Amino acid sequence: MGNASSMLTQYDIEEVQEHCNYLFSQQEIVSLYARFCQLDRSAKGFISEDEFLSIPEFSLNPLSKRLLRMVDGLNFKDFVAFLSTFSAKASLRQKIELIFKVYDIDGKGKITFKDLLEVLQDLTGSFMSEEQREQVVTKVLEEAGYTMDCAFSLEDFIQIIDHPGLKMEVEVPID
Amino acid sequence: MASSSVAADMELDRPNLEDYLPPDSLPQEAPRNLHLRDLLDISPVLTEAAGAIVDDSFTRCFKSNSPEPWNWNIYLFPLWCFGVVIRYGILFPLRSLTLALGWLAFFAAFFPVHFLFKGQDKLRSKIERKLVEMMCSVFVASWTGVIKYHGPRPSTRPHQVFVANHTSMIDFIILEQMTAFAVIMQKHPGWVGFIQKTILESVGCIWFNRNDLRDREVTARKLRDHVQQPDNNPLLIFPEGTCVNTQYTVMFKKGAFELGCAVCPIAIKYNKIFVDAFWNSKKQSFTMHLVRLMTSWAVVCDVWYLEPQYMREGETAIAFAERVRDMIAARAGLKKVPWDGYLKYNRPSPKHAEEK
Repeated sequence: MGNASSMLTQYDIEEVQEHCNYLFSQQEIVSLYARFCQLDRSAKGFISEDEFLSIPEFSLNPLSKRLLRMVDGLNFKDFVAFLSTFSAKASLRQKIELIFKVYDIDGKGKITFKDLLEVLQDLTGSFMSEEQREQVVTKVLEEAGYTMDCAFSLEDFIQIIDHPGLKMEVEVPID
Repeated sequence: MASSSVAADMELDRPNLEDYLPPDSLPQEAPRNLHLRDLLDISPVLTEAAGAIVDDSFTRCFKSNSPEPWNWNIYLFPLWCFGVVIRYGILFPLRSLTLALGWLAFFAAFFPVHFLFKGQDKLRSKIERKLVEMMCSVFVASWTGVIKYHGPRPSTRPHQVFVANHTSMIDFIILEQMTAFAVIMQKHPGWVGFIQKTILESVGCIWFNRNDLRDREVTARKLRDHVQQPDNNPLLIFPEGTCVNTQYTVMFKKGAFELGCAVCPIAIKYNKIFVDAFWNSKKQSFTMHLVRLMTSWAVVCDVWYLEPQYMREGETAIAFAERVRDMIAARAGLKKVPWDGYLKYNRPSPKHAEEK
């Protein structure tokens, strides 16, 4: 399948499955492996930034840069672990944690006003000026009862964003 | 107020607003938190990105399925081995020999004709055309091409362009076998480039370089000039711009459709029964690709010459291109994908990302 440097053995599959807390079925892991090998064209064992960006749909995504920092250079096990957050079986908490990490890309443990602004900038690009963005974020924070120099911890964030309608799921095609 | 109108703009990005909970299940402070939550909820965008990582329609166009040998059984295996022996030991040498002899004959005839008939251009062109057609037939024979042509043969008239979907460089050879086309091709390195420069010049081919932006204007002009001349060979263009596997078509480039003349679509469909004719230019060189074809039993394909199309009133070149692409995809049973083939080589420009 593709130019795989080594075929997946049953042991490998089980190891990967354990690493992602059994959020993927074995078939899904095999499919993901085929996909991984397809993307990792030079068979280095990890997918480089360039190779991620060669997927046009990904490259056009406004949050691609932030996600790249999280997926760049992952080996297959960690690649699967990353994607396991998008499995239907993953807990809501795990998904919200990922969203938190996307905001708090430098891993300080808190989301600041600056982080909110930066993500908003990624999403809106040149449609809004810097002042407009600041205005929006300040206004929205005020309405929710927070000030500009607030810093959300993971728990605060979970409280704010959690609602049963939150879905972040991707299906892994199995051929 | 400024913020509410801007917030309204942002709601356009948030398709999940309808997923709101009914008000009675929310705690009291929720109406204020709703706004912040919407601002913070980037899950749809993340889902899209992860979806693209897991599977995307663009990469699928260029996936070549590795051949699955049918040798998993105790009695199939010896049969398969026998087949391999025949293919590599008998067919391949025979075919290479045919090819070599063909080339020799071709060169022996071509170069003298090229130089001796220098004065009589028309006659020379005719002979060279026939020679090229013959050479292509030799090529096709060298992979035992089983090709069925449907539809009326292309005629040599001015003001017409032929467009076809593109799976491999052999598309050109297959079509050239029937009619001497002038084709517009990417400049290739190696022995292919050599052939491009010397022989194919005689049938009036036009070369361009994908990476050279200025080249486009020059090429557009050359195309226009070419279709005006009645003596020139009919022009063949592959508007996809790159080789795509046998199941999909990518977006057509509009250049071929802006020339103000009839566009005659040709649909080519390869049957993967013996070999997958898709040339994955990133994975193997053309030589290896030819070797693979020559060590398979046969190359089976269908060619349909479709009805000439004219640009309709008020139709843009892009809409015209899409209409023709629909025709070709329908005829050849291919799926359409909304991506530009050149994305295989370049990143989408930041402009596109902004538009999103």
